[in-house]
Amino acid sequence: MDLNPQHCNDGAKKKKFTTISDMEVPPLVTEKDLNNFNSKTKLGLPGDYPYTRGIYESMYRGKPWTMRLFAGFGTAQDTNKRFRMLLEHGQTGLSTAFHMPTLRGFDSDNVQSRGEVGVAGVAIDSLEDMEVLFDKIPLEKVTTSMTINGPASILFAMYIAVAQKQGADIKKISGTIQNDILKEYLAQKLWLFPPKPSMRLITDIFAYASKHVPKWNTISISGYHIREAGSTAVQELAFTLADGIEYVQHGIDTGLKVDDFAPRLSFFFNCHNDFFEEIAKFRAARRMWSKIMKERFKAHDPKSWMCRFHTQTSGVSLTAQQPLNNVVRVALQAMAAVLGGTQSLHTNSLDETLALPSEDSVRVALRTQQIIAEETGVINSIDPLGGSYFVEHMTDKMEKEAWKYIEKIDQLGGMVEAIEDGYPQREITNAAYHYEQQLNAQEKVVVGVNKFSMEEKRPIEILEIHPLTERNQILRVQSVRKRRNAKKVSECLKKLKLAAKGDDNIMLPMLEAVKSYATVGEMCEVLWDVFGHYQDPAII
Amino acid sequence: MRPVRVLIAKPGLDGHDRGAKVVARALRDAGFEVIYTGIHQTPENIVRTALDEDVDCICLSVLSGAHNYLFKKIKELLKKENASDLPIVGGGIIPDEDKKKLLKAGVFEIFTPGASLESIVTFFNKKIKPRKLSK
Repeated sequence: MDLNPQHCNDGAKKKKFTTISDMEVPPLVTEKDLNNFNSKTKLGLPGDYPYTRGIYESMYRGKPWTMRLFAGFGTAQDTNKRFRMLLEHGQTGLSTAFHMPTLRGFDSDNVQSRGEVGVAGVAIDSLEDMEVLFDKIPLEKVTTSMTINGPASILFAMYIAVAQKQGADIKKISGTIQNDILKEYLAQKLWLFPPKPSMRLITDIFAYASKHVPKWNTISISGYHIREAGSTAVQELAFTLADGIEYVQHGIDTGLKVDDFAPRLSFFFNCHNDFFEEIAKFRAARRMWSKIMKERFKAHDPKSWMCRFHTQTSGVSLTAQQPLNNVVRVALQAMAAVLGGTQSLHTNSLDETLALPSEDSVRVALRTQQIIAEETGVINSIDPLGGSYFVEHMTDKMEKEAWKYIEKIDQLGGMVEAIEDGYPQREITNAAYHYEQQLNAQEKVVVGVNKFSMEEKRPIEILEIHPLTERNQILRVQSVRKRRNAKKVSECLKKLKLAAKGDDNIMLPMLEAVKSYATVGEMCEVLWDVFGHYQDPAII
Repeated sequence: MRPVRVLIAKPGLDGHDRGAKVVARALRDAGFEVIYTGIHQTPENIVRTALDEDVDCICLSVLSGAHNYLFKKIKELLKKENASDLPIVGGGIIPDEDKKKLLKAGVFEIFTPGASLESIVTFFNKKIKPRKLSK
């Protein structure tokens, strides 16, 4: 019997049902709607092209995802303590949040850093801080992710230097630097230099790491921030993959062989509230990336085809109102990320709309992942939702809509040109405003905010940064400058400048400069002199 | 009567501009004249722009946690310029305790996560008037 879709809407409360990104959702999907769905070409098996069902053959039966909570506040000593607490409680990887001055290339004693030192992340000014940050943490054994973009080459060099000091073999150390500058222009807005020299720094890192630090993920191409800035799920997917295309093309254009660096590219997605939309997004991402790498870039190594990704639950989805509800949101989002086949996961803490997370709330966030892994049983069978009419329909739809955006960006000449034109920024800003209007009209609901709200007293204690942090960190960086060999530092900075002006790989002089205890701010000054600054186009 | 002019500014180092931009657009749609500074502005820049553009209100959006320092710094600079009457409205991730202190220190109003566009627009309609210049 053929189904009459009209009947499915009988008694429905709304005329149109949509995802949180405003994508229309059909009342019922049947086999017929999937249009001769070929499971062999569309899905394949886990670990096989096009990887829709997951990139590994045994997925979580072989090894659960890496539980990796983003942490950083105060001084290196404060964060080292938090890192060790998380490892003791069963976390399996580290993830570092740097404070705003480090992210923007300023030292703590720069006037622009006033009020920001150690507040939204850990203060790192020189190698000395980095040594303290990873004190008593064996870098050959633990994998570390570092959310660093503009100054990625500097922090990567510092990490390598610390590992070497610990006696680790840098061929064995593993982790990730975010190093995704394109999404900075799109969404996070923490750039240092204009796009072209920034792209050069990134390919220098690709080239250096493929030889010397082969297990390192040299970039984490990030949709997370695009989504947080207000994009839809489709835009997040499309712009992230379009950024990926730009990086691969750039690597090839500078003479790298695609299979030499593509296996070390990794991705980072958001996981928002709309359960099936998110799962479909993850599955579509894998399928699309494998096609891009195999067909567009002619990569031969299957490792180049795999879209390996980290996921973070959505920060913007959390509410300051009735904050305990956030635990539930995070758990559901984390479940979607796991069902979507993520390789690592950060779960947000319930108090993150108020401040950086407290130790107690971080523990709940970690336990949430452990409950999913150990109690719910969802990891026992691989891609349990594969073949669901609805999930496959949504995956197809995500893919189809995302290709349209990628085509548009290709027409504009690639992502760098699209950013210069402002196209993706406008799309994101428009989507953010549209959603806000839907909230205002109560077309979309946020429980506790525009529905089921109530008068409340904030019941939770939040983390406070010690008021002397800024002063102490300033004294610390000034003391480093006094104690180090000034002549050595200035020689290293000269060599760095020479490399920046020419074509030599920047990583070698960077590593030398870092080891001389040159500060983040000093190295960035040198690079600004050569590369110049970038202005925010301030599109509203 | 001329329309009310509002400066929306992002002081400090963070780049989280979603809220600033959404509010800028909502106020513009509601008939205000909106000037948006873009991100990464120094307090000095913001005060300069506010005075050069003869705005009636300065809105500051901060999500980096540096609000205590930045709001007070801008307030101080306004005082130096004899413009203490220029109202400052804040927005961002600002804990309750800090909000209380900042309001006491003379910040006119602070909107935190979850504030509806409607409540923000209503506030501006009711409370922000064209500024009478003393000169």
